[in-house]
Amino acid sequence: MGMAKEYHTISQIAGPLVFVERTEPVGYGELVTIALPDGSTKRGQVLDTSDEIVVVQVFEGTGGIDRGSGVKFLGETIKMPVSRDMLGRILSGSGEPLDKGPPIIPEKRLEIIGSAINPWARDNPREFIQTGISSIDGMNTLVRGQKLPIFSGSGLPHNDIALQIARQAKVIGKKEEFAVVFGAMGITSEEAQYFMKDFERTGALKRAVVFLNLADDPAIERLLTPRLALTTAEYLAFDLDMHVLVIWTDVTNYSEALRQIGAAREEVPARRGYPGYMYTDLASMYERAGRIKGKKGSITQFPILSMPGDDITHPIPDLTGYITEGQIVASRELHRKGIFPPIAVERSLSRLMGQGIGAGHTREDHRAVSDQLYASYAEGRDLRGLVAIVGKEALSERDRKFLDFADAFEDRFVRQSKDEDRTIDQTLDLGWELLSALPVDSLTKIDRKIIEKYHPKQKK
Amino acid sequence: MADQKKGKISRVAGPVVTAEGISPRMYDVVLVGELKLMGEVIKLVGNKTVIQVYEDTSGIRPGEEVVDTGAPLQVELGPGLLSSVYDGVQRPLPVLRDKQGDFVSRGVTAPGLDRKTKWKFTPTVKKGAALEGGAVLGEIPEGNIVHKVLLPPKAKGKLKNISEGEFTIEDTIGELDNGTKIQLMQRWPVRQSRPYVDKLLPDIPLVTGQRVLDMLFPLAKGGTAAIPGGFGTGKTVTSQQLSKWSDAQIVIYVGCGERGNEMTEVLTSFPELEDPKTGKPLMGRTVLVANTSNMPVAAREASVYTGITIAEYYRDMGYDVSLMADSTSRWAEAMREISSRLEEMPGEEGYPAYLAARLSEFYERCGRVKTLSGNIGSISVIGAVSPSGGDFSEPVTQNTLRIVKVFWALDSKLRERRHFPAINWLTSYSLYSPILEDWYRKNISEDWNAVRLWAMETLQKESELQEIVQLVGSDALPEEQRLTLEVARMIREFFLQQSAYHPVDTYSPLKRQYEYMSAIRKFSEHAKKAVSLEVPLEKIVSLPCRSDLGKLKFEEAIDQDLKKVSAEIEKQFAGLGV
Repeated sequence: MGMAKEYHTISQIAGPLVFVERTEPVGYGELVTIALPDGSTKRGQVLDTSDEIVVVQVFEGTGGIDRGSGVKFLGETIKMPVSRDMLGRILSGSGEPLDKGPPIIPEKRLEIIGSAINPWARDNPREFIQTGISSIDGMNTLVRGQKLPIFSGSGLPHNDIALQIARQAKVIGKKEEFAVVFGAMGITSEEAQYFMKDFERTGALKRAVVFLNLADDPAIERLLTPRLALTTAEYLAFDLDMHVLVIWTDVTNYSEALRQIGAAREEVPARRGYPGYMYTDLASMYERAGRIKGKKGSITQFPILSMPGDDITHPIPDLTGYITEGQIVASRELHRKGIFPPIAVERSLSRLMGQGIGAGHTREDHRAVSDQLYASYAEGRDLRGLVAIVGKEALSERDRKFLDFADAFEDRFVRQSKDEDRTIDQTLDLGWELLSALPVDSLTKIDRKIIEKYHPKQKK
Repeated sequence: MADQKKGKISRVAGPVVTAEGISPRMYDVVLVGELKLMGEVIKLVGNKTVIQVYEDTSGIRPGEEVVDTGAPLQVELGPGLLSSVYDGVQRPLPVLRDKQGDFVSRGVTAPGLDRKTKWKFTPTVKKGAALEGGAVLGEIPEGNIVHKVLLPPKAKGKLKNISEGEFTIEDTIGELDNGTKIQLMQRWPVRQSRPYVDKLLPDIPLVTGQRVLDMLFPLAKGGTAAIPGGFGTGKTVTSQQLSKWSDAQIVIYVGCGERGNEMTEVLTSFPELEDPKTGKPLMGRTVLVANTSNMPVAAREASVYTGITIAEYYRDMGYDVSLMADSTSRWAEAMREISSRLEEMPGEEGYPAYLAARLSEFYERCGRVKTLSGNIGSISVIGAVSPSGGDFSEPVTQNTLRIVKVFWALDSKLRERRHFPAINWLTSYSLYSPILEDWYRKNISEDWNAVRLWAMETLQKESELQEIVQLVGSDALPEEQRLTLEVARMIREFFLQQSAYHPVDTYSPLKRQYEYMSAIRKFSEHAKKAVSLEVPLEKIVSLPCRSDLGKLKFEEAIDQDLKKVSAEIEKQFAGLGV
């Protein structure tokens, strides 16, 4: 890297930003170190560079920096060391070891920004991941290479859902190297403990790389954490052929940090004060999921996002929904009913489901069963509104069956225990069992042939 | 590229770079920094030039060189476009992958058209012919079509010579007497529309094979449509169905800010698809422009123009082109992002004040036209809009609706019910129906329009009755109204719902659509008589012909089945004494 010149020409410090004057030409996005009067160093990145002034965003916060602090521009953009030995390690939100283990000896140093995968190089994600959770496997199927966030709210058990998926997720009939990369941004240490304990209990930690930026860590560091996690994931997946599941939480905390930077730069805000480039910024991370032709590994992302005020139209879930391939929505209503996992099937969606189900993937009747469950559940839910007005007695026999079906669907199909790992066959058979309580002629989403083959009461 | 001028970078802020020392024209392409990143001039202030760069600017520093190419962003037009997969600035993605691997890195250029392929050219004009711009010079077999080689719009003169044979796109195939050399390739600036003689009335439907669209909300060849829908309403599947099945000869699919994995689905599914008309691969008449959401924002902004310029080129040959822009909201967002980087005064919701103007400029580039060569060609544009939070009052949707004539309202409620395509029959509309009436009368059936109106009316009545049912339940309605509900349910579940994944159901020819709806109407009319004769409704709806009407759409022999069921309707109602 050579000797970088140190500048003592700070002209302004505002929020997380430091403005430096009279520098040699500095590259956009360059890594910066700032030497504080107390002898410590902070790191930052160039956000805007010109002949007159260079704007630096400081990851660890600007506390303690004065006008005389020494600023060095390191001549390169932010890179991180990666190695197989990162598995089993716990690192800080900016990549420093937190577990008292040795420093990472790099096999490679990689740019954390990452380039876009050439769409032509991408391989179609179509391998079914069995999570063992019926409301996901049966209704919102996850495939390898997908990015499927949980849209949740405060007080809902999204962490338990994520952990159950991390424990149970597998591709049937395949034994391949897998890894979990966990990126925490601004979660409480209690939540972090909860994750770590579960990783340790199940032995998953050995196969995991953990990045922790906790609630009291600098907010700006949160902009780094997911990128470190994803760069690590790319290395494990595309250099070391592993199937990597990336869980990152909480996207909302990340977006808050982004807004903070935007405000500090006095940028023109878009919706609700979030910067206009938030869509592109989020996309630059979500899109680092997928498969590449000719490579064995894959990256599947499972981001957790808590919707402020349970509002799915808030800019964070809204923009996320346009980038990710669907979403699993947690339901407060089901949670109140005591149903775990409280997954609002009717509001959830997996856009890649069609590619990962059916003969050769799951079972030939999967699409039909799931469509029929969706439609019948929707009909039953509609009737609940009617019952509230006219009472159950006023319903026709047929309608009453649908009403009961909706209850049974929530109680038996959606509800399962935290360690219940259902196979896809169990899930689909359960679906048929519930559907068989409905009149056969109301099963309009299912081909005659499929009914004759699978319907418990119509089998030929 | 004539008259290169050099200057220096003075500021870098994300994709916006400021340079000094060059005096380019607006929208000229410049090469930025030592990596020669491609950029476009978007603002001139004093001696400063503001450039939007199509690639990531990390590591670029003030003082590096900037080169003005003296030409605006243009695309290469010629044989070889079909089957291509481009990024937003017409770099072929397969070539980029060969050059630099699985990830798109920076500073790589690759021409839009291959320089080595030889094309078999047969002239259709003779030496000495007086030619105007846009004239057809000859033909080349390309993909599934005949590529007409056109004289560039601005060229003109007497043909001095022209040769038959095998040529690359850069070889000279002929010359005008004024010295203009003619090649198979020409260039055109993307932000400028290609000229034509006249716009024509869009009075021919674009047949899509999707029942709800063709029957209820048709699009005309040369027309404009918007598909709005919050995320997850099936917009992508609908737009892919249109690309696959519509009867345009050329399909341009612009994935603007698309998801990588979904773009992959398009990129891998298109080459596997067979063109129903020729039996050849569908790619042989398709151009894909793919700029995913994590690719540079400025290239996303350009991608829509790249697509429409290629569309205009094939229109000028006399073809019907359908262009799918998925999604114009991502395009508008790119405009917003660049505008905010430029610190422009924002309009509504942070979008630039020129949003409406840009949208209408774009949609105006479609239409059915008489081309410079006297042929008739068309561009139909289907723009996907993704209103944030499903809120149709947001600026992109509103400005789009002011321009387009067809609105296919995707509805998340229908999606939850697995009603696909989830196009709401009450809020959608098509302003082309009256213009197209004559065509249907001549080509399908005299009473196409009557059948259509009957279906619309029944659905409208249903929605009124539903409000009462919500309050008192359906049992409280008189039999006749309950029958209307049943018939509307048949229209919805049998006719409007169509499975994109079912081999038979995925495409429905117009004639079949007509027969299908007519059969439902026939059932309805007989049922009405039956009700008036006091046959209980339960008896009517449990007639086997009713459920047969629902099942037959999945049968290989659907057209024969339709005839059979139609005959059955009469027989079975006769059994009820009608």
